[in-house]
Formats: sequence, C-alpha cells, structure tokens
Amino acid sequence: MARIRRALADVPRAETPDAVPVERTYHRVHGDRTPSETVDLLAEHLADYRAIVHRTDAPALPALIARLLADRGATSVALPPGLPDSWLSAVPDAVRRVPDTAELTPHDLDAVSSVVTACAVAIAETGTVVLDAAPDQGRRRITLVPDHHICVIRVPDQVVDSVPEGLERLDPARPLTWISGPSATSDIELDRVEGVHGPRTLEVILTGPPAGPETAGQS
Amino acid sequence: MPAFPAAADASTRNTQLRANLRHATHTIRAKRATAVAELDDWSSLRAAGAAIKDRSLRHLDHYLEQLESAVTAAGGHVHWAADADEANRIVTELVQATGEREVVKVKSMATQEIGLNGALATAGITAYETDLAELIVQLGDDLPSHILVPAIHRNRGEIRDIFAEKMAQWGRPAPEWLTDAPADLAEAARLHLREKFLNAKVGISGANFMVAETGTLVVVESEGNGRMCLTLPETLISVVGIEKIVPTFQDLEVFLQLLPRSSTAERMNPYTSTWTGTTDADGPRTFHLVLLDNGRTDTLADTVGRQALRCIRCSACLNVCPVYERAGGHAYGSAYPGPIGAILTPQLRGVQSELDASLPYASSLCGACYEVCPVAIDIPEVLVHLRERVVEGGPVSVRGTRTVIKPAKGHAAERAAMRAARWALDHPRVLRTGQRLASRTRRFHPRRLPGPGRAWSDTRELPKVPEESFRDWWQRTRGESGTEGRKTT
Repeated sequence: MARIRRALADVPRAETPDAVPVERTYHRVHGDRTPSETVDLLAEHLADYRAIVHRTDAPALPALIARLLADRGATSVALPPGLPDSWLSAVPDAVRRVPDTAELTPHDLDAVSSVVTACAVAIAETGTVVLDAAPDQGRRRITLVPDHHICVIRVPDQVVDSVPEGLERLDPARPLTWISGPSATSDIELDRVEGVHGPRTLEVILTGPPAGPETAGQS
Repeated sequence: MPAFPAAADASTRNTQLRANLRHATHTIRAKRATAVAELDDWSSLRAAGAAIKDRSLRHLDHYLEQLESAVTAAGGHVHWAADADEANRIVTELVQATGEREVVKVKSMATQEIGLNGALATAGITAYETDLAELIVQLGDDLPSHILVPAIHRNRGEIRDIFAEKMAQWGRPAPEWLTDAPADLAEAARLHLREKFLNAKVGISGANFMVAETGTLVVVESEGNGRMCLTLPETLISVVGIEKIVPTFQDLEVFLQLLPRSSTAERMNPYTSTWTGTTDADGPRTFHLVLLDNGRTDTLADTVGRQALRCIRCSACLNVCPVYERAGGHAYGSAYPGPIGAILTPQLRGVQSELDASLPYASSLCGACYEVCPVAIDIPEVLVHLRERVVEGGPVSVRGTRTVIKPAKGHAAERAAMRAARWALDHPRVLRTGQRLASRTRRFHPRRLPGPGRAWSDTRELPKVPEESFRDWWQRTRGESGTEGRKTT
C-alpha cells in the first residue's frame, strides 16, 4: 500500500476520488420500445445465440414444460426448492424429481437430465438471462452440470431493455450468473461451437399473463 | 527469450502460422466492428470506461482498502503479493493447506504472467487448464499466443493431433472417433475435463473486475469452465492484478457493454459469474483473493504509462495490429502479446532485458490499436514514451523505488546519430553546408548502407536526397523578395 501511495505522488493530496470526472453521457437504453417490443427483442437476441425460445401463458406453462422434457427424453429433472409446484404438475411421475439440496454432489447432478428454473431478470438488448440464486432458481451448480436447462421468464415484468437497467435490479451480495445462450467456444479457428462444459441446450420460456396479446404459441 | 526482431524473424517465415493468424484476426475484427456499430453511444461508453479506470487508478490505495474490507466482511480472505514469487508462494501454501495435489484453473492472464502452473508443479501440485484453448496449449506443451484465444496459432488439424497424442497423459484419453471437426474437438474436451470438474476440491481463477464498494468479483467467459471452477470446488483462490478494480457495482454497466463487444464481438458473452465472498451452501466454502502487484505500482508511477493499467484484456488491439498479425503472439515473449503487450510488458518487467527493450519497437505506430481500444489507451503515445526510455534512460520506479536507469545497450549508434543531428540542427550554417554537400554528391550515394546499417536497408530503399534542400529552395523562390508567406517582424 505504501508503494501504491508513492506511485501516486503526482495526485494532489486534497483530490478525492469523486474529483476525477466520470461523465455518464451514454444511453440508459438503446432505442425506444414498448414493453412488448422489448420482449420481442429479447426473444430475437436469445435465438441469435442459439437459445431455443418458446412463448406461452401461465395456464399453458405446465404442459409446455412437460412436453419439452418429454421431447428431450428426460428421465430426471433438478428442481430449485422455491419453484412453483404447478410448473411441474403436468410432468409424469416417471420423471424423477431431484430437489436441490446441499447434499446434492456434482456427481449426482451429472446424472440428472434436465433442470427447470425461474430467473431474476432478463436483458433484451444483449439476450441475457440473469439468475441470482433465489429459491426459485437454486444454487449456481444446478443450472451448470445438467445438459439441458429450461429457464422460465415472466413477461413483461422480469424483462428490462438494457444492461444498466438489469444491474439496477440486482443485488451484488447474491451470487449472480448471467447467461446468454448455451455454453459456447470459438477457440478452434474462431468457429463457434455450442456446448462445451455447461448445458448444451438452453430453452427459454417467455410466459405472459393469460390471454394477453403476446400469448400466441410460438415454439 | 530472444528480442522481438529475432523471434519475429522466425515466426513471420512460418506460413501456416501466418495463415492461421490472418484468418482468425480478420474474422474477429469484422465481427467486432458490427457488434460495436450496434451501439450508437459507443464513444460515450468508451470515454466513461476510460474515466472510471482513471478514477480507480488515481485513487487505487483508497479503493483497494475498501475492497479488502468488503471482501473480508463477505467471508473472503485477502492476501497481498508484491511480485510473482510471493504470489506463487501464497497460492502454493493455500493449496497445500487443503491437502490437495490437483487444482482446476480458469483461464487467467495474471496466473500466466506469474508462471503459477510451473511453481505449483515444482511443489508437486498439478494444475489443469480448463479453457479449451488453454487446454490445447497445455497439452501441446506450448505457450499462449493471444489474450482471448490462446491457441489462435493452431488450426483444427494440429489440435486434433495434440488431443489424440496427449490427452491420455493428463487424464481421460481422446475418443477413438476424434476428427478435426470443431464440434468433435469440443466434445472431446468436454469429456476429458468433466471428470476433473466433478472431482476438483480447489479451483484457481483470475477476475475480470473487482468491485471496491461491494467486494464483488466478476469472471466473464463463454464455455462454462469458469462457472465449473468457481462453483464446484470447496476452495477458490483468485489471483487478480490490483488494477482490475472498479469503484462501484453500477460501473459494471459500462464494462459489461464494452468488454464482450470488443473481445468476442458478441452482445454478451455466454456466461458471466459474480461472487461476493462466500455464500452458504452455494459454491466454495473458502475464498482467497490474492492481490497482485508484480510491476503494477511501477507502471502506476509513470504518468504517461499509467493508462496501460486501464486495460480490460479484451484483445481488440491484437486483432487489428499488422505487426501482431504477421509476427504472432510468441514473438512478444510474455503473457501479454500484441500492442498492449508491447507497452504493458516493458512496464511490468522494466526495459533492462534485450527482449523488453525491443518491445516498444514492435509496432509500426499505425494507431489502429488506439482506435479500437474500448478504454481509449493511447498505445502509440506510450510506445513512443517507452522508446525514449529505452534510448535515453531516465527516472523510473523499479520495484517500488525511484531510480534512474541507464540507456539500454545496443542503441549507442542511434544515440550518437541523434546527438549529431541535434548539434547540426542547432547550428544552421553547418546544416546548410551539410545539405548542400549531400545534394551535390547525390549521384555517388549508395542504394544500400554499408556496415551495421546493411540489415536495415536489406528491405528498404534509402531515401533519395533531393537536388536542392528545402531551405535553399525557399531562399531561391521566396526568400529574396520576402513577400509570400514570409512574415516581417
């Protein structure tokens, strides 16, 4: 620390950090969108980075989740403790429920086919879903080790336009995971390959209020 | 390590390397331009990014103290390392205290800089690199050559051969079916590394940002290997350069827009993880933060060179640099290649070695690096400043102490020429006589230099001396009458 102070001998002693100007003339949001346009942009940007996007309304959500798990041939599904029970109500009992508990080891999770979670916030401009480890999302590892992640976003209230708006809603004290599409690498000749170490498939369900204008099934 | 010109002489003759590099850098630079063009406030974001970093650097003592107490309050442990040896010793002891002999690593420039893997190996600890490119480098017993894509110099065929030959020595062998398709290679890496992730008890990472206000660390990545190392082990050790600090959580809104678009040309990278100390039952139970100086305070002490510490390691400058594109990353002899390496390495390590003294010259000063830099580091300005230091010596800070360094060796002829030029320019009559003499003898001038200058003129034409000097021309055409363009006082 003494070294650092010596190195900063040119900085006047009276100068406070705030005296170094930081102009925030950048935009809070890029563009002017209605809430439904923001949701459309989110869907578009998620799909751009190879997430599979579905739209539904609250009553149809359980059936959709059941179908997506069945399409994958999932035999087990990891579930955060605070996930609404109704979401899995249409999933047959044959699909083993694996509750997220502290006893669950990485090896246990490696044997699980899929995971279903909610999210904290989603950012349209970047196509990003943020998880903050709240009870309906579970610990960070459950969305990492299984190969198939279904993430439910409540629209429009969980969707924001921009990174600044997203950060504002988040609590830095919580462990955050920002997810923009499935795991990917460009390390081999800069060819993008999806699915390296994290889930190879990310399915995002945008679930709106029933009978709203955005509930036309598109999956 | 040889000086840059010698290393580059070899690498520029490697046509495979040049083809790989050209393909990669041109691909990513085109994508980056598109990603940046999407944000019409890019120049404002860039200015804010530079200003936030300047604020952090000018008050680094304040912010580091704030960070230390925030990390400690959140359940982490903070260690200070003045140099590479100290950092390596701290990390080694921390790993030894866990009783483990194996660690998994997230790609990290800081640990590359201090040679952590080698230090751990000496202590009988095996460090597994888990980033795909770092894995390729590690298995190939090679060195990284790019900040973002360390194995950029390898093509798919070479990678396949490395995997097939070496994976078995490090763990799960490459599958029989391995082809050179990128998807196959990624799958092989997934299978090979998964067993390591699932069994790992200790993870080692760097960080892209540290938030002073909250004690939050941020790792930005694509593959998920970072998330694996940050959340599955019981102990997490992060080695982070002291310059990676930003004052507030809100400041991340600037850098999380600047970094992905500048580095991978994406709107956002697939995964960003933040953690603040430890969280009960979620992630490592023990978290150690090792704050690394290793030449950073010396860099901070230089008011011109200080701006290099704004760097957020996006690698945009590498992808636009004509010198990097031809010479490749290894020629820079450091974890930091390309234009940013050419200014960062000689500042972190000093300019005493032949290699480090040659790095400020590893540039054509074309300025493309400054144009793309998301935090507006004026790399050409620092290059010129460091060239002056190499040639002239002067006052610098070395390991925290102010000292005066001598000019680097090998620049005696240049200094003599500069002294002669200064003398001639200070004596107009001598200059005029010299110029006239040069003009009259122009027919006899050689096309190539004799003696030590020969190498320089091997690839260049010597400039032709004009028939008449500018001074004489001015005197002849306008000087007598004193009319056009000549001010009378």
